[in-house]
Amino acid sequence: MRFFDWLRFRIAALFRGSQIDAEMEEELGSHIEHRADDLERSGMDRAEAERRARIEFGGRGKYKEEIHRALGGNLIVTFLQDVRFSIRVLRKSPGFTAAAVLTLALAIGANAVVFAVLNALILRPLNVPNAQSLYTIERGAEKEQSTSYPDYLDLRDRNRGFDGLMAYILTQVGLDTGKNPTQAWGYEVTGNYFDALGIQPYLGRFFHDADEHGSNSAPYLVLSYAYWHAHFQDDRGVVGRQVLVNKHPFTILGVAPPEFNGTLLFFYPGFWTPMVQQEQVQGLSVLNNRGQRDIYMVLGHVKAGVTPAQAIADLNSVGAYLERNYPKDDANMTYSLARPSLAGDLLGPGVKGFMTGMTLLAGLILLAACANLGSLFAARAADRSREVALRLALGSSRKRILRGVFTEAILISIAGGALGLLGSIALLGELSRWQPFPEYPMHVPVQPDARVYLVALLLALVSGFLFGAVPVGQILRTNPYEVVKAGTLGIIAGNSGRRITLKDVLLVVQIAICAVLVTSSLVAVRGLARSLHSNFGFEPRNAMLVDTTLGSAGYSGDRVPAMQRRMIDAVGTIPGVKPVGFIGQIPLGGGSATEDVFTDQTADLRTSNAAANVVVYKISPEYFHAAGTSLLQGRDLTWQDDKSAPRVAVINKEFARRIFGSAAKAMGGYFKREDGTRVQVVGVVEDGKYFQLTEDQRVAVFFPFLQSPTGLTCLVVRSERDPQQLAGAIRSTLRNLDDSLPVNIQTWTEGLGIALFPSHVATVALGVLGLMGAMLSITGIFGLAAYSVSKRLRELGIRMALGAQRKEVLLAALGRPLKLLAIGSAAGLLLGVLAARVLAFIVYEASPRDPLVLLGVVLAMSLLGFVATWIPAQRALAVDPLILLREE
Amino acid sequence: MAMDHAQILPGTLDLLILRAVSLGPLHGYGILLRIGQISGNALLIEQGALYPGLFRLVRQGLLKANWGTSENNRRAKFYALTAAGRKRLREETDSWNRLAAAVASALAQQPEEI
Repeated sequence: MRFFDWLRFRIAALFRGSQIDAEMEEELGSHIEHRADDLERSGMDRAEAERRARIEFGGRGKYKEEIHRALGGNLIVTFLQDVRFSIRVLRKSPGFTAAAVLTLALAIGANAVVFAVLNALILRPLNVPNAQSLYTIERGAEKEQSTSYPDYLDLRDRNRGFDGLMAYILTQVGLDTGKNPTQAWGYEVTGNYFDALGIQPYLGRFFHDADEHGSNSAPYLVLSYAYWHAHFQDDRGVVGRQVLVNKHPFTILGVAPPEFNGTLLFFYPGFWTPMVQQEQVQGLSVLNNRGQRDIYMVLGHVKAGVTPAQAIADLNSVGAYLERNYPKDDANMTYSLARPSLAGDLLGPGVKGFMTGMTLLAGLILLAACANLGSLFAARAADRSREVALRLALGSSRKRILRGVFTEAILISIAGGALGLLGSIALLGELSRWQPFPEYPMHVPVQPDARVYLVALLLALVSGFLFGAVPVGQILRTNPYEVVKAGTLGIIAGNSGRRITLKDVLLVVQIAICAVLVTSSLVAVRGLARSLHSNFGFEPRNAMLVDTTLGSAGYSGDRVPAMQRRMIDAVGTIPGVKPVGFIGQIPLGGGSATEDVFTDQTADLRTSNAAANVVVYKISPEYFHAAGTSLLQGRDLTWQDDKSAPRVAVINKEFARRIFGSAAKAMGGYFKREDGTRVQVVGVVEDGKYFQLTEDQRVAVFFPFLQSPTGLTCLVVRSERDPQQLAGAIRSTLRNLDDSLPVNIQTWTEGLGIALFPSHVATVALGVLGLMGAMLSITGIFGLAAYSVSKRLRELGIRMALGAQRKEVLLAALGRPLKLLAIGSAAGLLLGVLAARVLAFIVYEASPRDPLVLLGVVLAMSLLGFVATWIPAQRALAVDPLILLREE
Repeated sequence: MAMDHAQILPGTLDLLILRAVSLGPLHGYGILLRIGQISGNALLIEQGALYPGLFRLVRQGLLKANWGTSENNRRAKFYALTAAGRKRLREETDSWNRLAAAVASALAQQPEEI
């Protein structure tokens, strides 16, 4: 409250101020009248007496100001005066003002964007009540989030640390609302999902635990607000309506509130449906299989009064119970907690690491901008030293002049901050609307909030003080008599000395920072370029992916493989298509499954005895051929590897190395699956990337789809034909087979979008920062070079008149900025090489010790120096000694 | 600037104002004249410089100010000493006298006496 009292007092003083002013005016006037009376009495005429009295009295304004200060100073009045004066001063040099405001706007804008993303992804919790106590459960040292439904039920019922544990699976269904059936993404959730989260419906009702009575007992849907808005045009009569989910009737119960978009930050589901409907939703149910860890995430609120450590200890005791009672399926059941919003430790650390790096780089940009503005201010202060000296001589205090400088700095910083914030708001709006993958409901929800505005304002003010502080020493040192006496020549002599000035240091710092940014962005770009050409274990060029889910078109049982075979045969007859094969889930497509395998000698098939956790793919014959995966040993899978044939598999080289010792030894060897099936190795293929580009080499196995059926079908079509034409041909061919089949066709390169997304984002982000860094260093060098040329024009003119060569003139004019550029670039390059290690975290194959990158940085910085000094150099060369010498 | 006027020491202006007002309420110009009169016109005070001092003393509660009519029949603000002002004047006078005596004695010392 004290602040408001103070403010009220100050505002009252503001209004009283005019009264005080009037009184002061009257009193000083009275003084002058009395003096004039005396002078008149001594024989002067009245007019002359009054004139003399006024002269004797001295500067009334100055005394009034001193009185104000004696009264404790009216802060707001003097502040407003300062502001008015500063605006006048700034308006007189629009070029300087515009350059400063723009520089700062760029820097503040960059920081606001980075902070808004940081805020949205890391600092801000999920948009649910009591988000701070909401945790997801991760299992084992690998931080696995997947759980089986029976394990989930035990965890839910036996733990004592959580207020209700819920679980969900991401799922895609064919949703028929009476018009066109479309593919829709949603959550399969446990019945307690909405109740445990504490979400209230926007419309209708949610389903509850009590609605579930075993498998397929709760055919209900809850729509997300966005889906309802887009597909039902806000029709409130939608509650109670029947729709078809994969051709099964479901009832719409209600609509979720607009601000609730599930419990995963990026992924906006269209609907929620009870997990007990899994058989209808996914085509088959694994809810009774304890070894099948298909649940995507288990999460819940830790009870009030229970610490996360206590909750973990309690979960671990449930884990021990599970290991004891289900040794075949459950091992290493130790748990840890993580935040659910970024899929826990799956994305969390990567995003955090990257955002930390970005925050640091953005901070560097701001620092560079401050250094830039600081030297601009210092140069300006030098230019204005005569004005400052004059004001000091006329009785202004240094404090007042400094306050003026700071007011200018703050005004510029606020204008720059506001402009930068506006730009960032526009950019963030675009970012929020952006859907990086049209086939997934992915968003980057980064709308700025009050915190972002506050941070931008604070950054603006802090940077204003930072660069405003640069010329302080200069002003404090100003000796009015010396400056006024010396004229312009004296200042030149004072500034062109050989000593290292603050301005030089600032420029070096700024260039070093910019070189760091340029280095980082080049490292990222090179990393991306390399990762595009690295070995994935398949050849994405000249291949199309045709994604279908037979489950959502109503296929089940034996009709699935039959249809898959017909699809391969049909697409294979399209002219120009060489091999065609299919795989259940494409590698690097974001959805590969894993399971445990055992050596042939293992009898006790419990998880803790597993030889490896392998990535499992189900493929058709010819898949390797179509995918461009090379077979190192043995044979491909064939149409003869069906149900009646012995179980076989093709493994990757890593599998052979780890379990059999070598590819040659693996041939003909056996391993066991979780259900005890013995499988013979008939071939070995090259290693590949399966989940993400930066993963350590994983073990993978490929089973024939005729022995391990799957409803998921991703055809790989290799062809040299134009992708657009080919897609049309494939679409019409498949429509002839079944016109209700949902099909998604894209090139494999496009399909790699998800895997390459982090690199793409990192490259774009770092590229933008690098560009900003480059711009800042151009303006910085340009500023200094232009300034030093303009200050030394006379000297250069004299040199030319005395016969100096162009080279010597250039060296004299630009030698110093260029030397500083070289020093700064070298320092920045060194720092950049060190900093780029951080980048290796997010950008695949990012290596700063790349000669091309080093060369690129050197080239870029030289180019920047050349561009920035071009205009000043032209000016220096165009000096006409005669005109210059005549001027003074 | 006449050379026979002494520049007043910083900080002594307040003392002189208090002293001038202690002899009876005065307006600003009157204070200036009174200081001239009691110092035998030996001290030079810039006319305007008086007022920041006056406002400061009022703010510190050492003087009180009231508008009234001067001997020239003009409106003027009259200053008078408050109780606090009177007390301050005594203290300042004592300390000034001690300082002046000390400085005078220091300057009066002859070389052979040291």
